[in-house]
Amino acid sequence: MEGASVYLNGKLIGFHNKPTELVENLRRKRRAGALPHELNAAYYAENDEVYINTDAGRARRPLLVLENGKLKLTQKHIEELKADKIGWKDLLNEGVVEYLDSEEEENAYIAVREEDATPEHTHVEVHPSLMLGVVAACAPFPDHNSSPRVTMASAMLKQALGVYQSNYALRMDTQSHVMHYPQKPLARTKHAEIIGSNDRPAGQNIVLAIMPFGGYNMEDALILNKASVERGLGRTTFYRTYTAEERRYPGGQKDRFELPKPEIQGYRGDEAYRFLGEDGIILPECKVDGGDVLIGKTSPPRFLEEVGELSMIEEKRRENSVTLRPSEAGDVDAVIVTEATTGNKLVKVRVRSLKIPEIGDKFASRHGQKGVVGMIVPQHDMPFTENGITPDIIMNPHAVPSRMTVGHVLEVLGSKAVSLEGEDFLNATAFDRLDYGGLKKMLLKHGFRHDGKEVLYNGVTGEKIEAEIFIGVCYYQRLKHLVSNKIHARSRGPVQILTRQPTEGRAREGGLRFGEMERDTLIGHGTSMLLLERLLKESDIVTELICEKCGTIAVDDQIRKKQYCPICESTNVKPIEMSYAFKLLLNELKALNIRPKVVLEDKA
Amino acid sequence: MSDLFEKYEGKLPKKVLVELKEATKGLKSPEVKKTLERVYGEFVANKAVPGEAVGIIAAQSIGEPGTQMTMRTFHYAGVAELAVPQGLPRFIEIVDLRKEPSMPVMEIYLTDSIRKDEEKVIAFAERLENVPLSDIATVEEDFAKKRITITFNEMRLNEHGLTVEDAIKKIEKAVRRKAKEKKDNNLVFEPGFNTLRSLRKFVDRIHETKLCGVKGIRKAVVLQEHDGSGWYIKTDGSNLAAVLKMAEVEPSRVYTNHIREIEDVLGIEAARNAVLIEAKAVLDGQGLKVNPRHVMLVADVMCYDGQVRPIGRQGVSGSKSSVFARAAFEETVKHLHAASIKGQKDMLTGITENIIIGQTIPVGTGLVKLGMKQGK
Repeated sequence: MEGASVYLNGKLIGFHNKPTELVENLRRKRRAGALPHELNAAYYAENDEVYINTDAGRARRPLLVLENGKLKLTQKHIEELKADKIGWKDLLNEGVVEYLDSEEEENAYIAVREEDATPEHTHVEVHPSLMLGVVAACAPFPDHNSSPRVTMASAMLKQALGVYQSNYALRMDTQSHVMHYPQKPLARTKHAEIIGSNDRPAGQNIVLAIMPFGGYNMEDALILNKASVERGLGRTTFYRTYTAEERRYPGGQKDRFELPKPEIQGYRGDEAYRFLGEDGIILPECKVDGGDVLIGKTSPPRFLEEVGELSMIEEKRRENSVTLRPSEAGDVDAVIVTEATTGNKLVKVRVRSLKIPEIGDKFASRHGQKGVVGMIVPQHDMPFTENGITPDIIMNPHAVPSRMTVGHVLEVLGSKAVSLEGEDFLNATAFDRLDYGGLKKMLLKHGFRHDGKEVLYNGVTGEKIEAEIFIGVCYYQRLKHLVSNKIHARSRGPVQILTRQPTEGRAREGGLRFGEMERDTLIGHGTSMLLLERLLKESDIVTELICEKCGTIAVDDQIRKKQYCPICESTNVKPIEMSYAFKLLLNELKALNIRPKVVLEDKA
Repeated sequence: MSDLFEKYEGKLPKKVLVELKEATKGLKSPEVKKTLERVYGEFVANKAVPGEAVGIIAAQSIGEPGTQMTMRTFHYAGVAELAVPQGLPRFIEIVDLRKEPSMPVMEIYLTDSIRKDEEKVIAFAERLENVPLSDIATVEEDFAKKRITITFNEMRLNEHGLTVEDAIKKIEKAVRRKAKEKKDNNLVFEPGFNTLRSLRKFVDRIHETKLCGVKGIRKAVVLQEHDGSGWYIKTDGSNLAAVLKMAEVEPSRVYTNHIREIEDVLGIEAARNAVLIEAKAVLDGQGLKVNPRHVMLVADVMCYDGQVRPIGRQGVSGSKSSVFARAAFEETVKHLHAASIKGQKDMLTGITENIIIGQTIPVGTGLVKLGMKQGK
C-alpha cells in the first residue's frame, strides 16, 4: 500500500498520498464549520500516519487560532463580546478559537502570549494560567511559589471554612461549617471570580506581621490577636445533623419515636430525656450537651420473648435513642420530620455550635503556609506600629525562606498597597505580570516603606523592636481541623465486649493504643513491670479460677458459695491473674477441638 | 611480666590477651599493668548486663537506621564493575537467605607467581568464563533432512584457547553422539530422530553445550588490586567449590557473596562470618553506623543451630520452641493444631509467651527473683 495510513477513531480506514494536505483540509473545513468542531486530526510524520478522532472521552483544550502570525480574534470580536452580541459558540463556529486534543496538539506550535507569536506559530494560548487546574488557579501568585507549596495550597483551599452554599440554612448536611464574617480576598485571581468563589468566600483579610513571638509561634505556630478573635476573626458555626428512622422489622414490628418509659431496657435516666416532647423528638433551640437524647426511639426486642402469663407475648422493647455525641455541645438548630424513601417516618435534627478560634485550631494562607494557633495574645501585649496598628496574626519568619513562598510575600505587600490606595483588589492571577514598581509607588505615596517593613514596638514593654518587621495584609483561611473536634483523653472508660480491652477511637471514648513498637521500647529497657502494667493491668486483666488438677478454668458458684472444676469436680482451684484475651484464646482453642491445659507452679 | 597477664587469664578473652602481649612489647611493667587495667575496665563496661534485651536492641539498632536506607540500586556502566544489589534489597536477601543471591559475585586472587602478571591473570580469567557453543559457532538445522550443521568461528575459538578438535570432543561428549562428518570447521550431526520434537530438543542441547569454563560463572573481569601489587578476578556467578580446587587460585583469599555456598563448602563458622561481613557491607555501603555486635547477634541467631537459617517463617521465627510465640508470629492455626496433635507443652520461657498470658517478661527487672532460705 502506498502513502500514509489513515486511522479514524483508531481504526485503519485507508491510505493517502498527501497526508499533510489531508490534515490541513480537514482543519480548514472544521474551522469553516463544514466539519464538527469535535473532530481532531493529526499527522505523525515519523510513522507516516494520520489520526482522525471524533469519539468521546478525549481531553481537549481551547486555543486561539493563529493564521500567518495573526490572530483570527479581532478587536471587532472583542467589542461584540463585550456588548454581549456574540458568545463563545460564535467564536468556535467562526474558527476564531478551536479545541485541540492531545494528538492534534503534537502538530501545533503554540505561542504562550500574543506578542510571542511568529508566522511559524499555529495557535496562541487563551491565557497561560490555563495550564493550572481550577483549584490551583484560584490561589494567588502560584507562578511565584514553589510547586510543592502550590499543591499544598490547592489541597487546603478545599478545607477552608466559609460559606459553602448560599442555601446552607435549608440544608441538612451531616457536617458543615459556616463562617460568620467572610471577606472577598484582596489578592484575587480571574479564575476565582469565574467559579464564583468570590461570591461565597472562605477566609478573611487580616493584618499579618512576620516576626517571632516569645517562642509561641515556633514550628509554624501562629499568634492570634485576642481582640481580633473577639471581634469575629475566624469565627464559624458548626452544624451536625442527626438522623433517625422508624425502621420496620420482619414480623410486622417497627421502631417507635416516643418518650421512652423508665421500665424499658437500657433506659438512660430522666435527665437525658428532659428536652423531648410528647412525640419523642427534641424541640428547637434547646441547649444540649453530650449524651442528651435528641430523638427518643424504642426498638422491638432482638429475639422473640417466651410466652408470658395469659399466653400474651410480653413486649420488652429496647431503648434505641439518638443522642448527641459525647464530646459535643450546642443548640438544636432545626428539626424536620419527614418520610424516608422506604416510606418510614424520618426525623432529622440539626445541632449548631459556635466555634471561636482557640489554641490548636488550624489556619492557612493561600500559599501552603499552614499553622496551628500557638497563643492568643491580648491586644495590649501585641506589638504595634507607629500608627497604632497591631497585627491580627503573627507568623514566624522561619516559615518563609526554605519553602520559597515568594507569592506569600507578594500578597502581603500587594494587599497592603492596594488597601492603602483604596483600590478594589490586587490582580494575583498566575502569569499576569505583576506591576511590582506600581505597588512600591503606592506604598511610598502613603508614607510607607517600599519593602513593606515597619518599625514595631513591643506591646509589653513599649520598647522599639530592633529589627524592622515585615507587616501587611494577607488573606487567611480557617481550616476545618478544629481542636475541639479532635481533643481526646481517657482514664477509665468503655471496653469491648469480646476482648474486654478498651475501645478504640474518640467517638467511643477509646483508649490510646500502646502498640507493638511501643511495646518493643519497654522490652528494650527491660522495664518488665511497667510493660505488664500497660499491657495487662491497664487493659483487660481478669482473675480466673484454674483447677490445679486438670488445668481447666473453674467455676465460682457464688450462690452455693462453692468453687469447683466443672470437668473433674475438684475443689482444688487457684485464682490466677491473666489477660482476658488469653482466657478468650483458651475458649477459642476449645472451639477448635483443642483442649488447653494450664499447669500451675509456684513462682521463683 | 607474664604474671601480670596470668592475672587476667580467664577474665579477658584469649585472643585479646595475645593481642595485648604483642602490643605491649617493649613497655615497662607498670605501663603494662596500667594498660591491662584500662583494657579490663573497658571490657567490663562493654559487657551486656544480665537481663539486657539484646535481641530487641539489636533489631531496633539495625531497623531504625535501616529506615533511612534508600531503595535505590546502583547500576554501573561498563564491564569493569558488576551491578550487585545494595541497600535494602540486598539486606533482605541476606536475612532471607535466598537459595541463589540475585547477583552472586566472587573475588578470586591467584597465587603469587601468577597474580602480578596481568596477561596470565587474564588468561586464567578466560578459562573461568563459561562459553556456550552458540558463542563460538553458528548452528544451522535442516529439519527436512534432519541434520544439524555446526560452523565454528575460528577467531572466537582461539580467543578462548580452544581448538576445533577440543570443541568437537566436548560436543560429542555432551550430546552423547558421534558426528556424521567433520570437515574443516564444519561438524554435521544426523542424530536419526524420527520426531521433530526430539530433534528440536537436541538442537537446544547443542546450543547450551558449555565448551569451557567453570559451571555457574557467566563472566570474569580482571581488576587491579587496591594496593596495586597485582591483579585479581571478579566474576559474575559463583562456584566456590570448583574455584578452590584450581591450582592457580590462592585459596585463602577467595571470596564469594553466596552465603549458602560458603556454608556448603567451608562450614557453619565461615557462613556465620559471611552473614556478618555481607550485612555489615550493606550497612557501611549506605553510610549507616551500626555497632557490629548487633549484626553479629543476627548472624549468631541465624547460625547457632549448626546450619544457616533465614529469619522468618521458614527459619528462625518459625522454629522457636514456644507454641505461643510461633502462633503469634504467622500461621497461627497451623501451629496451634500441630501442637495439639503432638500434645506440646509451652514452658513460657520467652517474652512473647509471657506477654500473651499476662505475666512479667523474663527480661530486665522481670528476670530478678527473690528466694528465701528455709530453715536455719
